[in-house]
Amino acid sequence: MSDEEKVSKIMFVNRRAPHGSIYAYEGLEVKLIMGAFDQDLSAIFMDDAVLALKKGQDTSELGVKEFSATFRVLEDYGIEKIYVVEESLKERGLSVDELVIQPEVIPISKVAELMEQQDVLLSF
Amino acid sequence: MKFSILILEGPYHHEAGDSAYRFVEAALRKGHEIRGIFFYHDGVYNVTKLMEPPSDDRNIAKRWSEIGAKGIDIVVCIAAAKRRGITPEIIVPNTRISGLGQLLEMAVDSDRLVTFGD
Amino acid sequence: MLHTVNKSPFIFRNFESCARVAKAEDPIMLYEDGVYAAMKGTSVEGLMKEMIAKHPVFAIRADVKARGIEEKILEGVKLCDYDCFVDLVTQHKIFAWL
Repeated sequence: MSDEEKVSKIMFVNRRAPHGSIYAYEGLEVKLIMGAFDQDLSAIFMDDAVLALKKGQDTSELGVKEFSATFRVLEDYGIEKIYVVEESLKERGLSVDELVIQPEVIPISKVAELMEQQDVLLSF
Repeated sequence: MKFSILILEGPYHHEAGDSAYRFVEAALRKGHEIRGIFFYHDGVYNVTKLMEPPSDDRNIAKRWSEIGAKGIDIVVCIAAAKRRGITPEIIVPNTRISGLGQLLEMAVDSDRLVTFGD
Repeated sequence: MLHTVNKSPFIFRNFESCARVAKAEDPIMLYEDGVYAAMKGTSVEGLMKEMIAKHPVFAIRADVKARGIEEKILEGVKLCDYDCFVDLVTQHKIFAWL
């Protein structure tokens, strides 16, 4: 994409737990690919998606890929603003220090405002 | 207005593809432009020509092929397709397999990206 | 922002999440199993009525009819077709609570 083209604000709104479906994993693949393009990217983790960020996941017995560590490189891939919803953490008995990354914790009341600032919302 | 459509669920299994089809039909009828339709996750199964539903049911792949015949770009994600055994040889005419960059281009080029999934 | 909900409110919390995030006046579109949230006499009727008071609430008629619940739709929920869905998307940005 050329420099003259406008930069779009794209936000990934993540609401899925990690291994019960492929939504979280393939959603991560989208983030890594889109990170290669010059767009204004951000991500929110809310509802069950906070569970995808839980430290200590070990999928060796499941025989599926363990991808939680990959969330740590999102910033290097140009997704610089990452938020996690406070209420979603609380409802699941989690605190931010139990996550593989340390995103900005925001109250759910701020989510609508962040969504409205975007050109594109992608839900995974 | 210019729309792009993202479809995330497989055919028959989930209503998402049917809802997306109704939406596309209505948008075209109302004179809007569909910039592209992108299939991801199990959505990639929607365009296999190997499907052979009973004659009294809709043929979902054929329906998308007909939409593609109108000149609408229908793209199946290559990574999701490979994982699920969907190859260029088995997809219906007027659809193509390409990368996630196409989804980004569709999203950026459109006024709205409308997602249908589970 | 137009919010769309396609899941039954009885086994999924998508409708609830949508209710917590949507700002007053944001339209809500119920389709697929999401239309069950618009039924009278259910455990989510209270929440649905609060939503109707704060938001324009729409439900896709084809999904409502297919599920045999047209007679049970709460007052204030507007039944509409896909043309109306498209119109709403032209007027608002959209987020799908999948």
